[in-house]
Amino acid sequence: MPDYQTHTYDVLVIGAGGAGLSAAIEASSAGVSVGVICKSLLGKAHTVMAEGGIAAAMGNVDERDNWRVHFADTMRGGQYLNNWRMAELHAKEAPDCVRELEAWGALFDRTKDGRILQRNFGGHRYPRLAHVGDRTGLEMIRTLQDHGIHQGIAVHMECTVLRLLTADGRVVGAFGYDRERGRFLLFQAKAIVLATGGIGRAFKITSNSWEYTGDGHALAYHAGAALMDMEFVQFHPTGMVWPPSVMGILVTEGVRGEGGVLRNKEGRRFMFDDIPELYRAQTADNEEEGWRYTQGDRNARRPPELLTRDHVARCIVREIKEGRGSPHGGVFLDISWIKERLPKAEEHIKKKLPSMYHQFKQLADIDITKEPMEVGPTTHYMMGGVQVDGDTQMSTVPGLFAAGECAAGLHGANRLGGNSLSDLLVFGKRAGRYAAAFAKENTAGAIDADQIQQAAAAALQPFERSGSEGPYQVQQKLQEIMQDLVGIVRTESEMKQALVEVEKLRQRAAKVSVQGNREYNNGWHTALDLPNMLTVSEAVTRAAIEREESRGAHFREDHTAKSAEFGKINIVIGKGADGETKIARRPIPEMPAELKQTIEEMQ
Amino acid sequence: MPSATFSIWRGDRESGGLKDYSTEVSEGMVVLDAVHKIQAEQANDLSLRWNCKAGKCGSCSAEINGLPKLMCMTRLNTLPLDRPVTVEPMRSFPPIKDLVTDVSWNFRVKQGIKKFKPRPPDAPDGTWRMAQQDIDRVQEFRKCIECFLCQDVCHVLREHHHFDGFAGPRYFVHIAALEMHPLDVEDRVEELKKAHGIGYCNITTCCRKVCPESITITENAIIPLKERVADHFYDPLSRLFRMFQSKKKEGTHAGTETAAQGRDSGSAGAR
Repeated sequence: MPDYQTHTYDVLVIGAGGAGLSAAIEASSAGVSVGVICKSLLGKAHTVMAEGGIAAAMGNVDERDNWRVHFADTMRGGQYLNNWRMAELHAKEAPDCVRELEAWGALFDRTKDGRILQRNFGGHRYPRLAHVGDRTGLEMIRTLQDHGIHQGIAVHMECTVLRLLTADGRVVGAFGYDRERGRFLLFQAKAIVLATGGIGRAFKITSNSWEYTGDGHALAYHAGAALMDMEFVQFHPTGMVWPPSVMGILVTEGVRGEGGVLRNKEGRRFMFDDIPELYRAQTADNEEEGWRYTQGDRNARRPPELLTRDHVARCIVREIKEGRGSPHGGVFLDISWIKERLPKAEEHIKKKLPSMYHQFKQLADIDITKEPMEVGPTTHYMMGGVQVDGDTQMSTVPGLFAAGECAAGLHGANRLGGNSLSDLLVFGKRAGRYAAAFAKENTAGAIDADQIQQAAAAALQPFERSGSEGPYQVQQKLQEIMQDLVGIVRTESEMKQALVEVEKLRQRAAKVSVQGNREYNNGWHTALDLPNMLTVSEAVTRAAIEREESRGAHFREDHTAKSAEFGKINIVIGKGADGETKIARRPIPEMPAELKQTIEEMQ
Repeated sequence: MPSATFSIWRGDRESGGLKDYSTEVSEGMVVLDAVHKIQAEQANDLSLRWNCKAGKCGSCSAEINGLPKLMCMTRLNTLPLDRPVTVEPMRSFPPIKDLVTDVSWNFRVKQGIKKFKPRPPDAPDGTWRMAQQDIDRVQEFRKCIECFLCQDVCHVLREHHHFDGFAGPRYFVHIAALEMHPLDVEDRVEELKKAHGIGYCNITTCCRKVCPESITITENAIIPLKERVADHFYDPLSRLFRMFQSKKKEGTHAGTETAAQGRDSGSAGAR
């Protein structure tokens, strides 16, 4: 048997971003013992990078807003593939979650009468995003962190989970290692919450950090849980494109919310050229009206730059492909033009978008108060993930819960900006609550020594091999394949090619060797992340081949139209008894009449 | 493509030294890109921390040519490339491996600071009212990304290793954010002097100069806190006054502190 340390908790939370910390705080408040594992240091998780805000229908800026409007906006944005129960709970519970953050010390920007200010964002009918300039994620994670450390939660920083342990069809623990010393760790737990975030590192151009290797998706899949909506990967329309080293770094949608406009090299606001039918009634048809909307005119409709992310990203790709792009292969995003309309525009931009100002100034020598930015799409968010129950967030494996980006359902085929931070709060909390309840109702399960043995042996193999295959080279090749063959515009032949290539990479990954020893060895860590990345890449590709239509973030060049048949199903992926990948179409449950009516009223 | 040489500290808890690596560099690259390139091509087991690559998470702190900086925000065109660029770990903290240091002391210090405690809600729906100009100052403090560069450069920690009785600039900013929070009713002045040792700071402003978020640490956070400590412990009138009054703090003092450089005009962000 390998050497390992054992930790025992009622509830183990894997991940310490917004969802993980919310789950841990809630579970701990329910009186159970809680351990949290984070891959990085505490407070560095991906949530820290979120910029725009938290969507919550508080109605502080426009009192016409309420949960029904938010629900309908979320469903429309997700092209009705969403888990409607989650969309309902999310819209109803988000405002209280934001107020709770304030009670824990968060300081949001204010309205003139001293309440939480809300801003416009793509796909949201009314100004709805509670925010702090363009660093809302930092405010949120720091608030949760500073509250959580006084709750008696045990935090295991810089640890990674290799596999979930199961017994009698339920989850009983997790086996992993600490990065600092490379020692193995066994976590025994009655319930586990996955809050590991996304999969963006499987793509070359991404706004995601090294952590986003689909760990939770892969851990759940191998533990027998179903994955859903894996074909829906969000490409954010505005990432940096120049210089090359910063390619993919996010440029917040808040730039457009504050009046920023997209132009091609001819200076044309091309977003006016293609407004989808579903949104025509809500979208401005002239520049003047669009500007008035961003400045709070309640009778104006939103400018087309604030259409949903999937659509804006595709319009940008079209401009670039047809030769109307900017010099470095993007399009222009201009906020500096508002000086024609606003006095003190320069201070206004720096006040509302401080980190964008610094990011461009420092990394690209661009002063966004004076000149336009160059932007292009970047892999940003995973709508798909672990299939969960809408109320409890439990997966198809008893005792295993998932919340936040690694869970599927809330966002359907496309996520609205701002709905992720609220997702983390609402469903992190719910997962924590129901995981604690599960832990109270169940005893600890037996740990299977064989499972530990297998995981430990597999983890140490890269040290035992010799050869020239390095972990970084396999990772880079995978990123290129997914970017080129399963990216924004997809077609069956290319995706089938991707499956062949992923299989080849799986063989290469099995030959990877690493130098050095187990102490803080980034090469070894990367080698251990590879199997997860390959698992999720294959799942994304298979689901994308299966969905023969274009909907939301999933665009098929060989099936450009939406299909009524595919509008009624989610694609579900599971692991078969012999380890083979099983793919199934799951009918979307019938929506209650009340919710249907809400959607119709909001058309 | 031109190439440049990077002298990167390689070592572990016991020993280590600078090792030279040459790599090709291109327009727009930052130090983190060069280190990543070296890691991928020449030194797979080179250890470093990073996450966002955009100056938002504060993970990739290091000493570049001797100066504490974020690797992700230090562009190569700001450095002389005709000689090796040195990249070393933060020297105030114990080394773990290569560029990774043991920063766990910082997390323990935070744990020892009294948490946020709000006054009762202002409105019947359980919410509060705050004016934007009353939170501008605290929002400046809350920009902190916990990169610990201010801790790294503070001589009380770096030279005098006073880790037992001194919280360091990061946590004075944290305490200032709590103390000047319009809703907070907790009192942290006694422990500021005793447990957190604010008196050791002799306001050399080294911390403020290295802050990647440009937080005016010394003038806006530390000096006002020092004034509170002075008021509390050394002002004879207020000491006399306190003898007749409960110790409980009632109000807050946000927005009344020393005016200092770098402060935004107090324009309300509300529209």
